[in-house]
Amino acid sequence: MRVLPKQVDTLWTLFTAPVVWALHFLTCYIGAAIYCAKPDLFGVGFDAVRVGIAVATFLALGAISVSAWLAWRQWGFGTDDPPHDDPTRRDRILFQGFATLLLSGLSFVAVIYVALPALFVMECVR
Amino acid sequence: MDPAGEEAHQVLQLSVVLFCGAAAIWLGVVAALLYTARRRRKSLSEQSASRFILFGGAVLPSVTLAALLSYSLWLMPGLRPFGQAASAVLHVEVTGKQYWWHVVYRRSNGPVVVSANEIRLPVGQRVELTLASSDVIHSFWIPALGGKMDMIPGRTNRLSLLANKAGTFRGPCAEFCGTSHALMAFAVVTMEAQAFQEWLGTQARPSPRAADDGAALFLRHGCGACHAVAGIDARGTIGPDLSHLGSRLTLGAGSLPNTADAIARFITEPERIKPGVQMPSFAMLPQDDIRNIAAWLKDLE
Ligand code: HEC
Ligand SMILES: [Cu+2]
Repeated sequence: MRVLPKQVDTLWTLFTAPVVWALHFLTCYIGAAIYCAKPDLFGVGFDAVRVGIAVATFLALGAISVSAWLAWRQWGFGTDDPPHDDPTRRDRILFQGFATLLLSGLSFVAVIYVALPALFVMECVR
Repeated sequence: MDPAGEEAHQVLQLSVVLFCGAAAIWLGVVAALLYTARRRRKSLSEQSASRFILFGGAVLPSVTLAALLSYSLWLMPGLRPFGQAASAVLHVEVTGKQYWWHVVYRRSNGPVVVSANEIRLPVGQRVELTLASSDVIHSFWIPALGGKMDMIPGRTNRLSLLANKAGTFRGPCAEFCGTSHALMAFAVVTMEAQAFQEWLGTQARPSPRAADDGAALFLRHGCGACHAVAGIDARGTIGPDLSHLGSRLTLGAGSLPNTADAIARFITEPERIKPGVQMPSFAMLPQDDIRNIAAWLKDLE
C-alpha cells in the first residue's frame, strides 16, 4: 500500500511549495517584528530569534524538497521532454509534475533569500 | 562620488561593485550573442541546450543574486552602529519642518545648543543623529557623508555618521514635502575636533551683539513670538532659532546667501522667496526698521 498516491489528480499539489514559502516568509517577518517590538515578552535574546528562523528555514526547505521529489516522480524523473501539450491525461500529469518541480525550485531559492538577513543582522536595530 | 564620510564611502563602494558586476554580466551576454550570431554554424544538441538554459538562466543568476544580497546585507550592520552610539559623545537632534530644519546639539559634558538650517560635525568622531518631523514626511540627506533617512511625524529615526574630511557640503530635503520643498536645504560643515569644540562653545553663549539696538525693534515688532534669540527676551519656537544667524552660511534653509540685504528681503517678502512659508510678510514695517533688524541679525555671530 502506498502512503502517497503515485499520481495526484488535483491541482493543489502545484501550490505546495509556494505555500510553504509564504508561511516561512510570514513566520520570519511576523516573528522578528513581534520580537523587536516587545523583546521582553519572550525573555530570550535576538540570537534565539535567529535560531528560530534557521529552524523554520530548514523545515521549509525540507518540505519543499519533498514536494520537489514528488513532482519529479510525477514528471517521470525527466524521461519525457517538455512541452507536454497533447490533450491527454498522461501529458496533463507530466505537465503538472514539471510545473510543480519548477515552482519548487523557485520556492527553494526564495526561502533561502528570505532567511539570509538573519545570517548577517545581529540585533533588532542593526 | 567624493565621499567625505565613512558611510558615503561604503555606499560608493557598493555602487562600484554593483556597476562593475552589471557591466561584466552585460559584456558576457553581448559576447555570447555575437558568438552565436557571427561564428557558430552548428546548433547545440537539445540536451546541451537545456543544460545551458538551466545553468546560465537559473543557477548562475540565483547564485549571483545570493552573493550580491549577502554582500549588501553584510554591509548593513556597519551602516547602523547604534550599539556603540550609546557612548557617542555628541547627539544631534534634527526636526524637519515646512520648510526648515530645527537642530539641537546635546553633549554629555556641556550645555544644549539650539540652532537651525545648518549642521556642523566634528571630523573623526561618530555622531548619532535623531531625526523627527513635526508636520509632514521629510527626508534628511547629506550625500557627502552618507545615505538618506526619512523624517516621519510621530517617529524618531536614528542615523549614525562619521565624517573623515573637513569641508562644506549641502544637504537637501529628499522627500517632497510641499510647495517650497526644493527650497528646503541646509549647509553642512565638518570641522576638526578642536575647532568644532570651540565653535560649539561660542554657540552655547548668547552673541555678544545680542543686546544691540536691533533687539528692541525685533521685540517690538513681535518677531520674538516665533523666533528665539539667546540673551534677549525672544523665546518663540515656531520659526528657526536666530541666536547666531549671522554666522550661518545660508539664509532661509539654503534659499538665499546670508547677507544683510537678503535678510531684509526675507523679512519683507518671505512668501515671494519661499511659497507656502510659515512666516508672515512684514512689508508694512518702516523700511528703516527692517534694515536695522537685518543688520543686527547679520551681526549675531
Ligand atoms: C508667525 C511666526 C513668525 C513670525 C511672527 C516671524 N517669523 Fe521669521 N520665520 C518664521 C518661520 C516659520 C521661518 C522659517 C521659514 C522657512 O525657511 O521655511 C522664519 C524664518 C526667518 C528667517 C530666516 C531664518 C534662517 O534660518 O535662515 C529670518 C531672518 C526671520 N524669519 C526673521 C524674522 C523677523 C525679523 C521677524 C519679525 C519682523 C520674523 N521673522 C517674524 C516664522 C515667523
Ligand atoms: Cu522637506
